[in-house]
Amino acid sequence: MILPLDIILLIFLVIAAVLALKLRDLLSATMVFSIYGFLICLIWAEMGAVDVAFTEATVGAGISGALMIATIFKTARKSSD
Amino acid sequence: MQKLFATIAVIITGAILLNAVEDFPRFGDPHSPPNSGVSGGSVSSSVHYLQNTYLDTRVPNVVTAVLADYRGYDTLFETAVILTAGIAVFAILRVVRREDEEESAGSEEKACSGEFSTSDSDGEGRHRVVVGTTCRVVVPLAQLFGFYIIAHGHPSPGGGFQGGVVLGTSFILIALAAGLGSALGRLREDMYLRLACLGVFIYAGIGLLSLFFRRNFLDYGALSGLLQTGGEEMARSHGIFGVELGVAMTVTTVMFALFANLSTRGELKGGL
Repeated sequence: MILPLDIILLIFLVIAAVLALKLRDLLSATMVFSIYGFLICLIWAEMGAVDVAFTEATVGAGISGALMIATIFKTARKSSD
Repeated sequence: MQKLFATIAVIITGAILLNAVEDFPRFGDPHSPPNSGVSGGSVSSSVHYLQNTYLDTRVPNVVTAVLADYRGYDTLFETAVILTAGIAVFAILRVVRREDEEESAGSEEKACSGEFSTSDSDGEGRHRVVVGTTCRVVVPLAQLFGFYIIAHGHPSPGGGFQGGVVLGTSFILIALAAGLGSALGRLREDMYLRLACLGVFIYAGIGLLSLFFRRNFLDYGALSGLLQTGGEEMARSHGIFGVELGVAMTVTTVMFALFANLSTRGELKGGL
């Protein structure tokens, strides 16, 4: 555990989480959500849980973004609420 | 008004959760119950696994051994959940046209017969040169890396789930660069549906196999006679690898199936 790195990662994590909820443009929200997944992956890796970090990197930061972008292309890009 | 109530609920729940965090042991605390080795008078499970995993299974990566052997049921049903998710998306989205409607789209079908071409029928081909060339380099490496992760789950982080996702992503990359038809030419629909079910079948089958040797379900040590390994430990190691292969098969195909159905609204034609 490196405390300054931890604090920076957690601050960015909160910013990414709030942004992913607040953005009206769903494509941008998906990007921010992928960034959120990548930040969580870094935090897992930093805590020594490498297997979980690996899963988060492939699923959270990787394929879920691709699936959501595919869905957005076929539905609406703007959030209605 | 609704937002006000929601905010109050979130703040109260958050306060309760943060309050509960106080009672947790500090991160890496050597005196916490899991780390000190004693919980309620007996040896705690984490210490038991750390001490016995290598002796029991000959697998250096404790996480893999716990996931696929000690907690084998959990992973079996996780794989079943992934298969269920794939089936659900298939059932909701997939549009199957009748034969006579299919004929009008027959010419398109031929173009999708598996050629790894960057030129698409819609004339956008020349815009895809960069993407296509990159994809041609990256896809084999990604697939090799995927197989490496699956096979190397024993000594290093990795395993069926992660490797399966990487393999599935490589097919998605083909679909993005050369059109969905090109990817479907490599992994046809009937193929991936069968492989997805076969993955869970392999997992459950290895579990059932140990029942025939009068042992518990998913007790891979029973396979030592069948696999001609010296002791039960190596049989467990091989059993874990077989199970990981099943998981990887299901995950790979379901990830690709999700993308194929979501990106075409279940038509499996055209793509993004």
